[in-house]
Amino acid sequence: MSIIITGKVWKFGDHINTDYMHPSFGREEPWEMRKKYILHIHKAFTERCQPGDVIVAGRNFGCGSSREGAPTNLKQLGIGCVVAESFGRIFFRNCIAVALPVMACKGVSELFKEGEVLQLDFENALVQNLTTGNEIKGPALAPDLISIVKAGGILELLKRESQRHP
Amino acid sequence: MAEKVLARASGRDRVHPGEFVTGNIDVLMGHDLSFFNAYELMIQNGYKKVWDPNKIVVTIDHAVPAPNIRSAETHRKMREYVEAQGIKNFYDAGVGICHQVLPEKGHALPGRLIVGGDSHTTTYGALGVASCGIGYSEVAYVMVKGALWFRVPETIQFLLKGGMPPGVSSKDIILKIAGQYTTEVAQYKAVEFAGPAAKSLSVEQRMTISNMGVEIGAKFAFFEADDKTMAYLQGRTNQSVRPFGPDPDARYLEIYQLDISSLEPQVAFPHNVDHVKSISEVGEIPVQQALIGSCTNGRGEDLMRAAAILKGRKVHRRTRLVVIPASHEIYTQFVKSGSIQTFLEAGAMVGPPGCGPCYGGHLGILAPGETAISSTNRNFKGRMGSPESFVYLASPETVAASAVEGKVADPRKYLRG
Repeated sequence: MSIIITGKVWKFGDHINTDYMHPSFGREEPWEMRKKYILHIHKAFTERCQPGDVIVAGRNFGCGSSREGAPTNLKQLGIGCVVAESFGRIFFRNCIAVALPVMACKGVSELFKEGEVLQLDFENALVQNLTTGNEIKGPALAPDLISIVKAGGILELLKRESQRHP
Repeated sequence: MAEKVLARASGRDRVHPGEFVTGNIDVLMGHDLSFFNAYELMIQNGYKKVWDPNKIVVTIDHAVPAPNIRSAETHRKMREYVEAQGIKNFYDAGVGICHQVLPEKGHALPGRLIVGGDSHTTTYGALGVASCGIGYSEVAYVMVKGALWFRVPETIQFLLKGGMPPGVSSKDIILKIAGQYTTEVAQYKAVEFAGPAAKSLSVEQRMTISNMGVEIGAKFAFFEADDKTMAYLQGRTNQSVRPFGPDPDARYLEIYQLDISSLEPQVAFPHNVDHVKSISEVGEIPVQQALIGSCTNGRGEDLMRAAAILKGRKVHRRTRLVVIPASHEIYTQFVKSGSIQTFLEAGAMVGPPGCGPCYGGHLGILAPGETAISSTNRNFKGRMGSPESFVYLASPETVAASAVEGKVADPRKYLRG
């Protein structure tokens, strides 16, 4: 069964780097404080983001550092998925590794205004704007990568294997 | 070069761009921010032993010497973990930054496939290594399996021509490329830096370019491993080492040509690496901190070139200059050559080898409203401290000249005859 994610859209521009998702400053503070720094370049997002919301972004989303705190922070906020024009490659890998559904899809930025409702059919790479009725289909991910996300992440695969062959 | 390494590592005759392969990893690198988390994840997921302790290199380089109790405890546990696993290639706090240590200690050998829990793992491409960064869950996966999935990347080439003008160095080349072609020109791709100007660069200068390959989106950032590479590796490894380069009939998705003979010093403005201007277009920008160091530009030649500019001059009274050699070996040379004297007489602070302020860790954090010029690799908002601070990126020469003038300055006027 495909993973279907529906949520309210927060929009981001081009070249949003992983430092912004997991900043160095404030990293010793407790989660309740620290979560307000996640994507601090978008003030309304830091104030009003709700679990179940989704992110639509421009080109090169997640460029920069390999810090895995970037996707895990988004997951911990309850972000359902990230759909962008394109991604920084390490962030993209990390999303697959921690099972945060991601899709690169040209034209997706134009399809949404902030606050509209997105539905992603992850396996079939279909993005729908439930507010306007428009939709767009992206290139599907390789089946191996889809199965990592469906398993719950790359370490979940390892764990299952260790339980089969202890 | 990417296709050759991935074919060998996945046991195939040939691979093609776009294919997914499982590559056997020659070396896995992890440091105090990545190895530690990855190791604990490995244990939590039911595994007690790493796949091959001889293929894992561990460094403690980010928070060194430990700035707080939490880091100190992380380091203490890491020492226990490497001991328990029999990992001999362990470089404790003080040895240096991972991306200097791996080439220096002979782990980054031409043709190898190396993954590391750090984005600047692309650095080893300067020695003909296919190397890239991964997150710590994938580091944990490789620790157990010794292999990882890869999408075979397309390859693009930057053909560098012309002689390097005085006062200009390889940092200016990669900043120019980022500025002209943006930070996504190499997205998902392998890059090869070639041409007469690439050949003429020293291995250290190549490392600066490969290091920042990731800033233009690259998966791998190769130079051909040539006689200079062989000379660099001499005495650093017992393994037999051979030159490694692209096949004569190698095909590229794109070839970009760059003539560097008229290149000026380059400066990346806040808050993006591709927000680049030539020094003559910069204008008046006062700086409170100047930083020379990091895995990008903390090497011997970097310090020597900066010292040539500082010789007999003083750091401006409104600016502080922080210098951090990238490794113990470089630090030792820095002392032996007498360059350190030049820096100290100029009024600089010299720190222990490590990553420190580059990632906003410690040893030079910026206050709100402050501006720094830095030889490091990223100028993102909040990178070096307060989200209300500003970081300009430049070569070690430009940083040194800026420290003297207390504002972003052209290093060429300080070059003797």
